[in-house]
Amino acid sequence: MADGTIAPRTGRPLSDRLDLRLIAEMVEPRSRVLDIGCGDGALLEILLHEKEVDGRGIEIDMGEVARAVAQGLSVIHGDADTDLAFYPDGAFDTVILSRTLQATERPREVLAQMLRIGRRAIVSFPNFGYWTVRLALLTTGRMPRTSALDRAWYDTPNIHFCTISDFFDLCAMDGYVVERWLGVDDEGQRTPWRRNRRLANLFAEQGLFLLSRR
Amino acid sequence: MHPSRSAPTDWIVQKIADPPGGLDTTTTHQHETFAEGLVLDCGTVLRPLDVAYRTYGRLNDVRSNAILLCHALTGDQYAAETHPVTGKPGWWDTLVGPGKPIDTDRFFVICANVLGGCMGSTGPRSEMTDAEGHPQGRPWGTLFPAVTIRDMVRAQAMLVERLGITKLFAVIGGSMGGMQVLAWAALYPERVFSAIPIATAAWHSAQNIAFNEIGRQAINADPEFHGGEYWRHGTIPARGLAVARMTAHITYLSEEALTRKFGRRLRTGPMLTFDNDLFEVESYLQHQGSTFVQRFDANSYLTITRAMDFFDIAAEHEGALGAAFRASPVRFCVISFTSDWLFPTAMSRELVRALNAAAANVSFVEITSDKGHDAFLLDEPVLFRTVSGFLKGAAERWR
Repeated sequence: MADGTIAPRTGRPLSDRLDLRLIAEMVEPRSRVLDIGCGDGALLEILLHEKEVDGRGIEIDMGEVARAVAQGLSVIHGDADTDLAFYPDGAFDTVILSRTLQATERPREVLAQMLRIGRRAIVSFPNFGYWTVRLALLTTGRMPRTSALDRAWYDTPNIHFCTISDFFDLCAMDGYVVERWLGVDDEGQRTPWRRNRRLANLFAEQGLFLLSRR
Repeated sequence: MHPSRSAPTDWIVQKIADPPGGLDTTTTHQHETFAEGLVLDCGTVLRPLDVAYRTYGRLNDVRSNAILLCHALTGDQYAAETHPVTGKPGWWDTLVGPGKPIDTDRFFVICANVLGGCMGSTGPRSEMTDAEGHPQGRPWGTLFPAVTIRDMVRAQAMLVERLGITKLFAVIGGSMGGMQVLAWAALYPERVFSAIPIATAAWHSAQNIAFNEIGRQAINADPEFHGGEYWRHGTIPARGLAVARMTAHITYLSEEALTRKFGRRLRTGPMLTFDNDLFEVESYLQHQGSTFVQRFDANSYLTITRAMDFFDIAAEHEGALGAAFRASPVRFCVISFTSDWLFPTAMSRELVRALNAAAANVSFVEITSDKGHDAFLLDEPVLFRTVSGFLKGAAERWR
């Protein structure tokens, strides 16, 4: 939060990352939440503090997991590609995948699992249709490097890029209801063209989607 | 035989000057006696039942700050104080004490000697009784009934109840202690608020059973074992028990840890002989073996290793591990270590997946360490932070 609110539980400041604030707004109070790729638990901390959720996390980086658990958060070391299969149907109200979809081995399967174990899914991802990405590829002929995509092609964890339009197509194909969606700029602010898919596909650096099962 | 070659186990005879005296039967351990006894999984009634235990810290007025520690195969109730027999610091002195991760300024910490043990709880060295509790004038010895991890937990539950505690804030233990933690959560989900099973598994693997069997065979092969009635002859099967301990000790360490500690260093100059005690690692293992036989009873070792081998929570629930924890209200924190090959991370991960399938609240940390299975007893800062952070988070949600 921009005003630097301190979490009373841990005494550390709540994250001021705007994309996390936007996700938190979509979560119902006192619901059951799973945050996949939760890092050190910054989003879980916000959700526990402001929404009083029953929050769990999965994180692949061991150091981050240890930090999260040492903060008293319920986080397991695990992998979105393999570990979601072990949760029962409908175990959560909301399953969150923030800026991680493009790094999964099988993003379509991960989405299907999210909407199996959760009633709703919140997904955010870097938009490969963003105009600076397009321009960089067009003018340099090389893989684009932006603030959201800042690693060289040979050592990036991001292996499955998509655009906002691509993501709409996948949701239609697999029968997910897009309850809400937002184009988000590089500061994590809502972009003014959020009502127009084609403009968002060009001007939003990230896409943020709230999905549910049909 | 090469002239310089000595019999392989001479060292143990030299080091144990006073074999039976090493096993201290005169120390009285703090304990509770349960005249009604305990019906074991095997059907035998142990009557009366003694549970030896130690406590640290103070139970608060609402009795909400009790933590039960469960010890491993060769541990005992002296978790956080100088051991009365060995004079060494408690086995979890690193983790338990004032201001430590399990803070005895805050928590009332209980640790009981397991059923079948040899530090004051009813075990093979206790006087044998019949089903009515009449003393038979001899120790149980090898006639002591087979006990299970669940039996151990039931005995602990009787102690906890007698101490006036209806719900434990946490049950914590590593290795076989972790098995007891899982058995607690499965048997008494309403009496456990949070559980920290460390470096453990929901069942004993074939490999672990195999290592235990080597230890048991070594004890059986010792002529001083006398079919388990060594107490009649005033001896102890020190060689067999020491070999059992040496074998087990290797499984508690990692290759990196052994290399780091000893490498290929020799105790004397580089000469080609068959003397045992030549490499430093040999000397270390022999020391481990010889100190162990002075404090541990061979029949207890047989009884407790068997209890571990029997342990299989999934089998108790028609093969479905998740069924043991269905809708469990317990908060779990599962911890494993990267270099632990006795209870490898894969076993913990399987447990975590089953807990997830049961929709239980679970945290899981695999800690990077090159110290092997023993890491849970050693100075591991990430372990300390994880345990204290998890307890802190649990305390905020206590109900």
